Amino acid sequence: MRHIISILMENESGALSRVAGLFSARGYNIESLTVAPTEDPSLSRMTLVTRGSDQIIEQITKQLNKLIDVVKLIDLAESAHIERELMLVKVKTTEANREEIRSMTDIFRGRILDITPVTYVIEMTGPSEKLDAFIAAVDPESIIEVVRSGATGISRGEKGLHL
Amino acid sequence: MELSGAEILIKSLEDEGVEYIFGYPGGAVLHIYDALFQQDAVKHILVRHEQGATHAADGYARATGLPGVVLVTSGPGATNAVTGIATAYMDSIPMVVISGQVPSAVIGSDAFQEVDMVGISRPCVKHNFLVKDVNLIAETIKKAFYVASTGRPGPVVVDIPKDITDPRIKVPYKYPKKVHIRSYNPAVSGHKGQIKKAVDLMLSAERPIIYSGGGVVLGEASKELTEFSQLLGYPVTNTLMGLGAYPATDKLFVGMLGMHGTYEANMSMHESDLIIAVGARFDDRVTGKLDQFCPYAKIIHIDIDPASISKTVKVDVPIVGEVKPVLEQMIELIKDSKKTPSKKALETWWKQIKDWQSIDCLSYDRESPQIKPQFVIEQLYEVTNGEAFVTSDVGQHQMWAAQYYRFDKPRRWINSGGLGTMGFGLPAAIGVKLAHPKADVACVTGEASIQMCIQELSTALQYKTPIKIVNLNNRYMGMVRQWQEFSYESRYSHSYLDTIPDFVKLAEAYGHVGMRIDKPEEVRPALEKAFAMKDRTVFLDIITDQTENVYPMIESGKAHHDMKLRVTATGTTTDRELA
Repeated sequence: MRHIISILMENESGALSRVAGLFSARGYNIESLTVAPTEDPSLSRMTLVTRGSDQIIEQITKQLNKLIDVVKLIDLAESAHIERELMLVKVKTTEANREEIRSMTDIFRGRILDITPVTYVIEMTGPSEKLDAFIAAVDPESIIEVVRSGATGISRGEKGLHL
Repeated sequence: MELSGAEILIKSLEDEGVEYIFGYPGGAVLHIYDALFQQDAVKHILVRHEQGATHAADGYARATGLPGVVLVTSGPGATNAVTGIATAYMDSIPMVVISGQVPSAVIGSDAFQEVDMVGISRPCVKHNFLVKDVNLIAETIKKAFYVASTGRPGPVVVDIPKDITDPRIKVPYKYPKKVHIRSYNPAVSGHKGQIKKAVDLMLSAERPIIYSGGGVVLGEASKELTEFSQLLGYPVTNTLMGLGAYPATDKLFVGMLGMHGTYEANMSMHESDLIIAVGARFDDRVTGKLDQFCPYAKIIHIDIDPASISKTVKVDVPIVGEVKPVLEQMIELIKDSKKTPSKKALETWWKQIKDWQSIDCLSYDRESPQIKPQFVIEQLYEVTNGEAFVTSDVGQHQMWAAQYYRFDKPRRWINSGGLGTMGFGLPAAIGVKLAHPKADVACVTGEASIQMCIQELSTALQYKTPIKIVNLNNRYMGMVRQWQEFSYESRYSHSYLDTIPDFVKLAEAYGHVGMRIDKPEEVRPALEKAFAMKDRTVFLDIITDQTENVYPMIESGKAHHDMKLRVTATGTTTDRELA
């Protein structure tokens, strides 16, 4: 099953490689990983998407908690949460497809950020599967490049991951 | 008080109460060595190779419970230390390793003797630090000792660039009394509800067994384990790392379990209906084939490390906490409980265990004209009255020492259990002897293992650490040869040592006493003579039976009840399976 593990960790050099190293050393899979400092500059927030059986996910969270730099973590997938990912897509445009791409971008609530006579840059946010759906809908021949941030997320309700 | 970074480092060690530091100088740590030279509170032990420094510090730590301290230079000094750091990591040994680093300004430029020690050591340390500011040295050292010695202990590396220890830059010094790390709060007491649940299970078990490991030694809970076990009257088995945590000569003790455990210990595990795991981690050498591990048992697991719980074997009652207070609470609950273990069930269980014991799985040919390695260990046990600190290297000799030297006290059996590091025994023995100068210290080794850190014989002379090296010399990497015999139709690929040194001359060349023993009747007098030489290191080169194997053996991928046993003259105990 897919899990979104959200980690609050010390904003120190090497902290990221401790997490990445743990995953490679123990053979866990990382689907995506995103990290940036929080409102408290001494803390970073990392969001990590992984897949595995319940037993593996339990080990992953325990092993992460064992890292000295990890302050706290939660598995967002365990309760109601909001997931967002940012995607930028550069597509080739022609007379024939320009209108179609524009309307599709509207349907997916994306925005066109840059236009040249032969390209669009489209910005889109949403749960990762929505972005997957957009990519699937666009003619693969017209895609020049795709940049995705990896999923990030936050829990719904009053509870939060903080010190 | 204003001090340089180098002085602060040494003063911090002094204030931390460090007695010995095991090290080897080099360019990046010259400032530190200069500071060391100008004081005598912290005693430095100069080893002959950095691997020796880590193992000696490790031996010191295992024998005392205090963190071992190591000082090495950058680059090769640091990489040489990695094997010893990984050894300590696998066995959860508290250790602080200070490594020099090239000056901050040239880090990342492939400078002379530069290596990314923080990166290299990351997978085999509990934590590591790169000190970037002279003002942070004292605090970092305090943190390093705190992390290394609390919770589940482990090695911590502190990497210090040369400019940070510059003697010209002086800053105020104050060693913190306490340190707090907001992201590190090791569990202490176990969950009360879980403890209650565990005790209820214990008191209604019919075929229980206590399976205890290195955590009991590390957690200083030997006394509690003994009281707990005797209160219940349940059989006790120790892992390789846990030997001595429960007295081996006690009647409840059924021997070590696992790959080379006793028949009775492994059969008891297999047939048990309740496993009480105390500070043990279900290592693959203990469990054998996982899907056939303890098929009839419920499992209670006490461990300080939550990640050890249900890692390979799913447990029914997990208890996260320090072993000692958890056992204390359990003892209270058992004493207060109206319920007692079923006498009848326990009698039947012990009768079954006695039946397994009657196989005498550790018997061997005592009439052999050749020296049997098991005989040597038994003689060592008798000559030292079972009181020696015994270190070992890795292989057959290690297993024989574990099987035949009956440890009654914790911290007496010192071996590389998790990583299985050849070369561990000799430097570890030096560390042990420094910690316990009056005690008998023996290093049980083989002619292959001993050569991996043999240079430390020189260290043993310099620091007058009279240890006794018991070299079980069969000219083979015995354990490799045994596996090749069992699994590769006796194709002994590169496990025979065509040339080996004359160990007697070698010992003498290093300034020690060498003895060669090749007849069984010479073993006892030689050991007695060696241990009578209180102030000399003695190398006993004992020529043993080359064909001897370690039994019982659970071959890899097999279950506890599927043991290979020794074929005796009557041929009764080969591959015997439970009816």
